[in-house]
Amino acid sequence: MISVRNLTKRFGDFPAVQDVTFNVKKGEIFAFLGPNGAGKSTTSKMLTTLLAPTSGSVEIDGLDPAKQGNQVRKQIGIVFQDPSLDTELTAYENIEFHGVFYHVPKRVRRERIPRLLEVFGLWERRDSFVKEFSGGMKRRLEIARCLLHTPKIIFLDEPTLGLDPQTRHQLWSQVKQLNQDEQVTVFLTTHYMEEAERVADRIAIIDHGKIIAEGTASELKSATSADSLEQAFLNLTGSAIREEEATSLDRMRNMAKMFRR
Amino acid sequence: MSCIYILWIRQLKRYIRSRSRIVSSLGQPILYLVALGFGFGPIFQKAGEGSYLQFLAPGVVGMTILFTAMFNGIELLWDKQFGFLKETMVAPVPRVLIMLGRTLGGTTVAVVQGLIVVIVCTLAGFRPVNWALIPAAIAFMVLIGFLFTAFGTAVASLLSDFQGFQLVMNFLVMPIYFLSGALYPLRHAPPALEAVARIDPLAYGVDGLRAAFLGSSHFGMLTDFGVLAFAALLFLGLGSYFFNRIQL
Repeated sequence: MISVRNLTKRFGDFPAVQDVTFNVKKGEIFAFLGPNGAGKSTTSKMLTTLLAPTSGSVEIDGLDPAKQGNQVRKQIGIVFQDPSLDTELTAYENIEFHGVFYHVPKRVRRERIPRLLEVFGLWERRDSFVKEFSGGMKRRLEIARCLLHTPKIIFLDEPTLGLDPQTRHQLWSQVKQLNQDEQVTVFLTTHYMEEAERVADRIAIIDHGKIIAEGTASELKSATSADSLEQAFLNLTGSAIREEEATSLDRMRNMAKMFRR
Repeated sequence: MSCIYILWIRQLKRYIRSRSRIVSSLGQPILYLVALGFGFGPIFQKAGEGSYLQFLAPGVVGMTILFTAMFNGIELLWDKQFGFLKETMVAPVPRVLIMLGRTLGGTTVAVVQGLIVVIVCTLAGFRPVNWALIPAAIAFMVLIGFLFTAFGTAVASLLSDFQGFQLVMNFLVMPIYFLSGALYPLRHAPPALEAVARIDPLAYGVDGLRAAFLGSSHFGMLTDFGVLAFAALLFLGLGSYFFNRIQL
């Protein structure tokens, strides 16, 4: 379903991603782990048509994201690390907007939107403004939204960041359920190792732009003779703390706190 | 097409729901109308120029549309920051359509706001000379709104955060407004000031509004229309270009 071969991305002289190769099979839950600044987001962006690779190839369901962007976009659903909802609209309006943007016919929207909102426990709150939602509710709405156009693959970029254990648990069981019921392929990144261990069929660990380990959680643990995935991760990537510069987005987010409407 | 429509609807919904924004954005034009219109009125009259309120009202309408449209364009920064822009950018929709939908939405909001100010001006005593030309006035309002929404979008595409916002207000929007002849007749302005107005798109907008409302203009109504239409297309092109280059 996802096939990446010798993928490389350079920003000027800096190699963000170097010669990365991996495959994700249909119906698989694949976790992509790595410390901050290791190349996770850059790889995700190349898979989701947001960034063109310097060299190497990517195939999403047989399509090239760099050349067939729009066709790829129809096949994938994305939940970003940061919220991407219009907080001035209601939950229903947000998901309806998504449906129109992904060319979901009205008949299908009328049938699927209530079902999805029901599954994610938001049907009662459909007419509430998103700005009144908690972090967990926003996340659930985003996941419901990204499923509306029946994508073959969903990309979840640190979807549980800042959520309480209850919400995290519920979110992952819903994702697992979906993966089983509809055979959706899931590509996820997270910093919570125990989540990756519990949810993912296969795990790849990236550091300094290169994939340094790949396999099931138990394979990774036995290869590094660690008793938890977290320990395996630390053994592989070292325990030095990575610096990541604040991007303009981070700065803007701080400004926005002051301007909060 | 449906994408453009839903973007347009979204912009209108956001406008109608932010009542505080509607009220606060009416404060400024009313202040100009009262302070300048009634304050300078007697002197303007003595100088033999007739009613200043009549002269000023189209300028204030132009100002309202300029500010609202620029703000709507720059609202792109909010969408960048609240992340909603990403949602639209990863959808299987060409960016040109997204840009167009946003611009049309912003234009509509700006024109509605302009029409409200026309009504406020009328309450203050403003009287259009020829009611038959009201459609022409609305056409000018649409052009001004479109032009500056596209302009605002282009600017917002280039800015990465709010630091530049104040800069844009002080060094772009304010000069565009004050040098457009919205507040004084270009006929008697010093040549340098008149020359500056000639490269200010809003000057043609305000002049066009005066032509439609009052039947008198500096550049001529057709020139106004031509320059505005050309500038609107230019800024739409510019906006699309920069919008297309936004990296997420």
